[in-house]
Amino acid sequence: MKKVKKGVTFNHNPLLRSELSAWRPRFVLLCLLGGSLALVGRAAYLQGVHDQFLQAKGESRYARVLEVPATRGKITDRQGDVLAVSSPVKSVWAIPEDARLDPSQTRQLAGLLEVGVNELNQKLSSEKDFIYLKRQVSPELADRIAALKLPGIHDQREYRRFYPGGDVMAHVLGFTGVDDKGQEGIELAFESQLAGKPGSRRVVKDRRGNVVEDVQSIRLPQDGREVALSIDNKIQYLAHAALKQAMNDHKAKAGGVVVLDAKTGEVLALANAPTYNPNNRVKLTGDQLRNRALTDTFEPGSTMKPFTAAMALDKGKVTANTIINCAPGRMTIGSATISDAHPHGALSVAQVIQKSSNIGAAKMALSFPPETMWKMLDDLGFGSPLKLGFPGEVGGRLRPAKAWRPIEQATMSYGHGMSVNLMQMANAYQVFARDGDLVPLSLSRLDAPPVHGTRVFSPQTAREVRQMLELVVQQGGTAPQASVPGYRVGGKTGTAMKLVGGRYAHKYVASFVGIAPISDPRLIVAVMIDEPSNGKHYGGDVAAPIFSQVTAGALRSLGVAPDAPLKPLQVARQGASQPVVREAM
Amino acid sequence: MARLTGFLVMLVVASSLGVVASQHQARKLYTAVEREQQRSHQLEVEWGQLQLEQSTWAAHARIEKLAREKLAMRPPQSGQIIAIEERP
Repeated sequence: MKKVKKGVTFNHNPLLRSELSAWRPRFVLLCLLGGSLALVGRAAYLQGVHDQFLQAKGESRYARVLEVPATRGKITDRQGDVLAVSSPVKSVWAIPEDARLDPSQTRQLAGLLEVGVNELNQKLSSEKDFIYLKRQVSPELADRIAALKLPGIHDQREYRRFYPGGDVMAHVLGFTGVDDKGQEGIELAFESQLAGKPGSRRVVKDRRGNVVEDVQSIRLPQDGREVALSIDNKIQYLAHAALKQAMNDHKAKAGGVVVLDAKTGEVLALANAPTYNPNNRVKLTGDQLRNRALTDTFEPGSTMKPFTAAMALDKGKVTANTIINCAPGRMTIGSATISDAHPHGALSVAQVIQKSSNIGAAKMALSFPPETMWKMLDDLGFGSPLKLGFPGEVGGRLRPAKAWRPIEQATMSYGHGMSVNLMQMANAYQVFARDGDLVPLSLSRLDAPPVHGTRVFSPQTAREVRQMLELVVQQGGTAPQASVPGYRVGGKTGTAMKLVGGRYAHKYVASFVGIAPISDPRLIVAVMIDEPSNGKHYGGDVAAPIFSQVTAGALRSLGVAPDAPLKPLQVARQGASQPVVREAM
Repeated sequence: MARLTGFLVMLVVASSLGVVASQHQARKLYTAVEREQQRSHQLEVEWGQLQLEQSTWAAHARIEKLAREKLAMRPPQSGQIIAIEERP
């Protein structure tokens, strides 16, 4: 036992006796050190150098950037009635490569989208990566399509513009494209105010997709601002309806009506024909699209005569009762001859306006140097655009005074040889309604009326011409049909031949521009009918009744007190059954 | 000394639990705010649609048609209008 005990100790086991060389443990140690150094290095690299990428990767697991949509501003009329509003719709799109539908699914989808199965198949077999199947469908329909869970078919949210006024407001408002950007009219003119700016923000989402934390707002969304127009919904409808009726009655090519508030220069109505429905623009033609009152010019004809008379009165050359010899109804200037439609004898200045004598107007005009007349027309806003900010607005033609020949000055005194648009015509009549001054027109609602206007004529002149304008709508004038029962109104007819290829053809533009009520003017109404071709073509027969209809309705709608003598009304009350029509005279 | 340490440890644990709880609470509230904001947006959209509907029903063309055809109304003739003057 003792022998055993003594013999084997662990250390002295000959088998285990270290015969190893000294480098081996050092090598292992070095390996371990190297390994841990590599780990530390890698960790430092990931933490310190490559960290941004990794952090972004990590964040993308829970953080999302959300688009925050912004809506386009509403357009309202002056009372706040909505004229245009954006409402969310969906557009259905597809990735053709992913969209592998069996025939029954295709039929279902085609049925919901209201397209032919063949058409749909054709679209889905396209080579493109992305195609719209149908844009701007109702959200309910899009939800039903989404519920089918078809592969490769998606939808996206968009906005569509709706116009409850339809064709009544079409030309004023214009419209937006599929991308909700203004393309015409107010929509284009006020684009910067109406357009919303979509924002975006970064958020943290939980497993169920709820937003749990707002990390940062990258851009705040900005909803478009609401635009309140100067247009009065009701007057606009009256103008539109009267114009539509007249277009039918007179088989006219086109027409326009403008109603201005004489106190503030606001445009209360602007109607054009032919018109269109902005909610459905499938068969739209350029002809329907034109906002004629602003973008088309015409030779105004006799509606210019009151300005000629006003100039003569203002400079003291004549008084309202000065007699001008208009016999024998024709007059030769240079090599050209001008004439009256109906020959007159000797007329007073007031009668020249009342009877619309070309000779009378020409004689008054020719007593002035061309520069004086040009200055007056320029002051009235002719020859340059009104700068309402409306797209496509034109200024008409007014040649510089130096280039005028006497015959041209004569014809311009009664509105030929120059061109204007209907809005300019209404604008210029402000001088008579506002006692000689002119304020800038506005398409948007004004909170306060403009303080100063530009003075063109003296108040005295303006009042005198206003009296003459009233004579026009009375018996013996050119437009008794323009009279409005219960109110004193006045205006001037215009019947201009149209220039076709440089020659006057037997095509006419009938117009009427008037003011109501005469005692304290509130409204200016301008009417233009292009090529009436149902037998009548005089402004007094074609345009004056529209003026009467629109003015009567507008005055009533605005609550303007009647200023015609009250006696006939009382008479009418006694014999209640038979309405008196012409008591206003 | 050991007592104080124990007490402080307990405080630390309690406050950290508080942090967790309040963070959770904050997230829950935030989700609620988010939901309400979405609802307000939706209501705004609905308001627009209702205004649109109202404008469509109240279109002058429609009212005139109904008044004329259904109710047999017509604009008053001039003789039927009586103006009442207010004396100051």
